[in-house]
Amino acid sequence: MSKYLLNKFLFTVDRDPELVERYREAPRELVTWWEATMANSLLNCHDGEDSTWLAFTDDERDALIARDHVRLFAMGAHPFLALTLFIAVFERDNTEPLEYQKAYGAALSGYTLPYPDIAT
Amino acid sequence: MATIVAVVASTHHPFYYRASTSTGADRPPFADEWTRKILAFRETLTRANPDVLVMVGSDHFHQLWLDNMPQFLVGKAPFYDANWYNEEREFGLPRMTLKGHEDLSSHILRNGLDEGFDLAFSNELRIDHSITCPIITLRPEADLPIVPIYTNIFAPPLPQPSRFVQLGSALRKIIEQWPSHLRVAVIGTGHLSLELGGPRQFGPHGPDPAFDEKAVGWIANGDLDGCLREVTLDSLHSPGNATHGFMDFMLMMGVAGAGVKADHVDTLDLFHTMEAYFTWYPSGVPGISGRLS
Repeated sequence: MSKYLLNKFLFTVDRDPELVERYREAPRELVTWWEATMANSLLNCHDGEDSTWLAFTDDERDALIARDHVRLFAMGAHPFLALTLFIAVFERDNTEPLEYQKAYGAALSGYTLPYPDIAT
Repeated sequence: MATIVAVVASTHHPFYYRASTSTGADRPPFADEWTRKILAFRETLTRANPDVLVMVGSDHFHQLWLDNMPQFLVGKAPFYDANWYNEEREFGLPRMTLKGHEDLSSHILRNGLDEGFDLAFSNELRIDHSITCPIITLRPEADLPIVPIYTNIFAPPLPQPSRFVQLGSALRKIIEQWPSHLRVAVIGTGHLSLELGGPRQFGPHGPDPAFDEKAVGWIANGDLDGCLREVTLDSLHSPGNATHGFMDFMLMMGVAGAGVKADHVDTLDLFHTMEAYFTWYPSGVPGISGRLS
């Protein structure tokens, strides 16, 4: 399991307006493309310096495609990164203020302390 | 030598900008009270008449990332562009450019290293809302040069709480030894109890009001002994999963000094989190003590 790679996905997609929209519109396509092209990209380096070893497990890939923040929480993905990106994807569908944010927390109500470890 | 004319610590609620500038039906019911408290807080900095601001905050995974994560980083650049796309998107924060004060950055880096803090540095740093929120609340003119200092409160392993306090104490000493006639304010922002991305987020109050009450008492009274006795890296999970940001308040308590009561203390109980505002005047209360004009 690679918490680092999950976080790298959340981090790089969240900071890029185009990728946020692609994740909203076509999550399977975006996740597949990202793993093939960006998972091993060493940030701030040209592609000749790409890493050689980073890949999602099947569970991680499925959770990202399903945009399942509860499974990502269980895997130890960083909760701030997940929240920020998922608000970007889903908040625009709110019918009242904070509707999505509250539902996001309620979906995690089965968790008590200690939460899954987020150390990478 | 330089004079520290104010030490200021607060929460950094990214929704303040939108709440305080919204009008009509968009204006939330708590906006007027919040704005009143912020204007009173702003006055505590204005009356100290600073020339330069040392700003302590924490990058929220914007420029600092897990492939190369510093624990404590000092900016040294002539300018700092500020706020990021995802902060515009989520909070409506404006883009800003702040001037830097490279001479003070150099002084803090050299002397911090010599004091035993292996500080990282950045010559091109885009700062985020942990530093721009207090600019918006305390100095919206954004006209003073800054030295940004980032701490790692997000990505474990984190430094111990005592290390934050020690860095604050060292900064106090280092800035007071800066060979300059300038008036320095040290401003830092953190969190009280806070949950982000967990089951306790976005409640009607902060996730742990009892912790908040205790924490405000520690800060207001400069009670570092009591604070350090109870606060550990493990204990901070209990009030909320983002409460490690409280260590930036502990750093500011280190700047203010053990046992020193704050000259201004205010709080505001909001949804999601409690806001808290503190100001100390290490060189005397402006206009009252007569020690500062």
